[in-house]
Amino acid sequence: MYRYIISRILLVFPTLAGAATLVFILMRLVPGDICLVRLGSGGTSFTTAALNTCHAEIGIDRPWIVQYLDFLWGLARLDFGVSMWSGKPVILEIATRFPISLEVAIMATVIAVAIAIPLGTISALRQNSWIDLLVRTFSIAGLATPAFWLGIVSILVVLDVTQAISGHPWMPPIDYVPLWKDPIRNLSIVMLPALTIGYRYAAVSMRMTRSAMLEVLREDYIRTARAKGLINRLIINRHALKNAMLPVVTVIGIEFAFLIGGLVVTEQVFNLNGIGRLMVLSVQNQDYTLTQALVMLTVTLAVLSNLVVDLLYAWLDPRIRLA
Amino acid sequence: MRSLLPLGAAAVLGLLAAAPVQAADEAPKRGGTLIYLIPADAPPSFDGHREGTFAMVHATAPFYSTLIRINPNNPSSTTDFVCDLCTGMPEPEDGGKTYTFELRGGVKFHDGTLLTSADVKASWQHIISPPEGVLSVRQSFFMMVDSVEAPDPKTVVFRLKFATTAFLPALADPRNFIYKKSNLEKDPRWYERNVEGSGPFKFVSYETGQSINGVRNPDYYHPGLPYLDGFKGIFAEKQATRIDALRSDRAAIEFRGLPPAARDELKAALGDKITVQESDWDCGSFVEANHKKKPFDDARVRRALTLAIDRWHGIPALSKVADVHTVGSIVFPASPLAATKEELQQIAGYWPDIEKSRAEAKRLLKEAGAEGLSFELLNRNVDQPYKYVGTWLVDEWSKIGLKVNQRMVPTGPWLEAQRSGNFEVVSAANCHGVTNPVLDVQRYLPGSVFNGNYAQFEDADEVALYEKILHETDPARQRVLMREFEKYVLDTQAHGIWIAYWYRAIPHRSYLKGWKISPSHFINQDLATIWLDR
Repeated sequence: MYRYIISRILLVFPTLAGAATLVFILMRLVPGDICLVRLGSGGTSFTTAALNTCHAEIGIDRPWIVQYLDFLWGLARLDFGVSMWSGKPVILEIATRFPISLEVAIMATVIAVAIAIPLGTISALRQNSWIDLLVRTFSIAGLATPAFWLGIVSILVVLDVTQAISGHPWMPPIDYVPLWKDPIRNLSIVMLPALTIGYRYAAVSMRMTRSAMLEVLREDYIRTARAKGLINRLIINRHALKNAMLPVVTVIGIEFAFLIGGLVVTEQVFNLNGIGRLMVLSVQNQDYTLTQALVMLTVTLAVLSNLVVDLLYAWLDPRIRLA
Repeated sequence: MRSLLPLGAAAVLGLLAAAPVQAADEAPKRGGTLIYLIPADAPPSFDGHREGTFAMVHATAPFYSTLIRINPNNPSSTTDFVCDLCTGMPEPEDGGKTYTFELRGGVKFHDGTLLTSADVKASWQHIISPPEGVLSVRQSFFMMVDSVEAPDPKTVVFRLKFATTAFLPALADPRNFIYKKSNLEKDPRWYERNVEGSGPFKFVSYETGQSINGVRNPDYYHPGLPYLDGFKGIFAEKQATRIDALRSDRAAIEFRGLPPAARDELKAALGDKITVQESDWDCGSFVEANHKKKPFDDARVRRALTLAIDRWHGIPALSKVADVHTVGSIVFPASPLAATKEELQQIAGYWPDIEKSRAEAKRLLKEAGAEGLSFELLNRNVDQPYKYVGTWLVDEWSKIGLKVNQRMVPTGPWLEAQRSGNFEVVSAANCHGVTNPVLDVQRYLPGSVFNGNYAQFEDADEVALYEKILHETDPARQRVLMREFEKYVLDTQAHGIWIAYWYRAIPHRSYLKGWKISPSHFINQDLATIWLDR
C-alpha cells in the first residue's frame, strides 16, 4: 500500500512541471499585451513612453527565458509574484477569492451527493418503473441544461415570483459576506448558485450511481446474499452500495476539482467574486502572473483530487492496491 | 428624429429634455447610504493620474478634490468650468500664457492636515512630469504647460509655453486628483494602493473586485455637502446582474450606461420607481483603414468606404438596439466647435442623398481598380456598440459591392493588431473625460505625432493645419480652422471614417436625486450632491 501511495505522489511533480511550462508558453503565444489593455481599453490614447514604463514596471520587457526561470524559481518557493494588473501579491488575490469558490463548491457537492445517491439508488432498485423514468428524466434535464442559463432563469423566476407576491422584486444580495460574519446573508447569496451548479453535478452523479448499482445488483455475491435470506436493506447498504460507490467517488472527486476553478460563467451570473471570475479577468487582461498561478492552482487541485480518488479506490477495492 | 435637427442644438435639447425635473422647493434630505454599481471588475489601481479607466473614477472620485471641474449643476455643458479647490476661475494673463489660482482656505485632507498650494503643485508635477518609472497616462494633455509654481500657500500659478484654449478643459479632467505632497514624496506610487484625499467622502474599506465603501467627510469645504452618510460601490461587470440589481433595489444606480433594451425592460418592470436620464455621449465609433495595405493607400478607396455609409437613416435605426444615437464628426456635437448639420452635409459620407453618395463610391472604386473589393474588418469582441456597429457597416459596404468579413477578437489582440499594423480596416472608438476638441482631434493625426493613431500614415499638411488650431485662441477663427481640418481628415484624405456618437441612458431608482447626467461617464462622480428621497 505504501509503495502505491508513494508512486502516486511522485507522479504529481512531473505533471505540475509540465503544466507550468505549458501555461507559460501558451500565455505568451496569445497576441496582445497587458499594458495595451490597461492603457488603451477605455478608448483613451497614451504615449509610447507610457507603454514602455508599463512594460518595465511589470517586467515583460525582459527576455522570455529570464521570465520563465523567474516563474519556476517562484513556483519552487510557492511565491507566485505580484499580479501584473493590480500590483498585489498573487497569493493575496487568490486568497481573497478562494473561500467564495470553495464554499460554493462544497455546498454544490453536498447538494449533489444528497440528491444523487438516494435517487440513483432508488432508480436502480426500481428499474423501468415510473420512479426510474422520472429520475432519469430529471437527470437528463440536468445534464442538458447549462448551469449559467439555469442561474439566469432562476434569478428571473425569483424576481418575478416575489414581485407577483409582494409587489417588490427580490433577489439575493450581490455583495458577498463571509459565512462567519453574517450566516443568513451568506447563505442567501450562495444558495442559488450552489443549487444551480449542484443540479448538474447531481445529474452526472445520479446516472453514475444508477448504472453502478445496476451492475452490482446483478453480481453473484448479491444473489448469494439474497439466497441466504439476508434482509434487503442490509444487502443494499452493506454489500451493494459500497461497491457501487467506486465510480461515483471518482466522478464526485473530478467534478469537485473542476468546480473550484471552473465556475467561470456561474460566478459572473451571480456576481460572485470567486476564482472562476478572477480567471476570466486575468485572461482578459493578459495578466501573465495571475493566470499562471490560477492555472497552476487548478491543475494542482485536479491532480490532488485524482490522487485522493486513487487512494480511495485503493482503500475501497483491495485488488487495486495489490495489483 | 433628433438627429435630423441641427446637431449641436439637438444634443443640448436632448440633454435638457432628458434631465430629471426636480422641483425648486424640493429640499435635499440628509442621510442614508447610496449603493451603486460599478460596471467593471476591480480597477488596476486607485491612482487617478495613472489610470484611464472609469472603474477607477467610479470607485475613487468621491474621495478626492480637483482644482477645477465641470459645473456639477450643469454637467452637460462642455464649457462651464467652475472651481473646486480654487476660489474663482482666473482670467488668463500674459497673453493667455499665465493662469493664477487662489485656493480656498481651511481645506483639509482626510487625516486632518491642511491642503496647501504645495500639495496642488506636487500633484500637477506628478501628472505633468512624473518621476522616472512612474506612469502618467494623460501627461501629453499638458504639453502646453511650462511650469507650475506655488508662490505662497494659497496660490498656484500655471505658466504655459503658448496660449491655447485646450488648457482649461485639460485642467478640469476629473481624474486630476489632488494628492498630499508628503505621500508623493514618501513614495510616488503611494496612491496606487492607498487613498487619502480631501473630497466629500472618506475612505472606509475596499474588497478587491467586490466593493468599495466611503463615509461622509464632516470637514468637506463645500458647505452642507455631501448629503449622504456614506456609499457602497459594488463591482458588477455583467449587465444582466446590474439590471436585476436595479430591479430588486439591491442598488440604486449604475453610472456608465445601459443599452436601450435594458432601459425599456427596467421602465416596464418598475414604472415610476425608475427614472431615466439620457444624454449624447462623448464617445464615438469610428473606422480606420490601414494606409500601408493596398488598396487602402489610395484615398479614393478610403473615400468610397465612407461614402457607402447611410448615417442619416442608418444611425436612428441602429439606435433602437445599440448604444449609438447622434450623427456627428470629430468634434462632440454639443461643443461650440462642432459642425452644424448643414456643414456636415458638405463632407463625403454625410451627403443627404445616399444614392448619389453610393454612386460616387462605386465610381471611385472603379477608378481605383478596386471594384468588388474583399477585405477584413477587425472588430473588438464587445457587444455594445462594437458588434452592432460592425455588423451594420458590413451590410452598408455590401451595397457598393464590397465583400467584408468581420473578425471579432478580445480587447488585447484587438489593440495589439492595431499597434502592429496587422489589420486592413479596424472598428475603433474614441472616448473623452472632459470635452476638449482641440486635444480630442489629435486622435486623427499621423502616428508619428500622435502615437495612438494606428492608420499607418504620415501627412505634414494635416499636422500643419492642426498646429494652427492648437495655437488659435479666437473661437470664431478656431471654428473655421476646425471645419477645414474636419473636411481634410474625413473627406479629402479620409484618414478616418467617423460613424456615430454613443448614447448614455442611466436608469436609476427614482428616490435617488441630485445627480445630473453628463456627456461623459468620467464626469460628476464625486457623489457630493446626491441625496436619497425615502
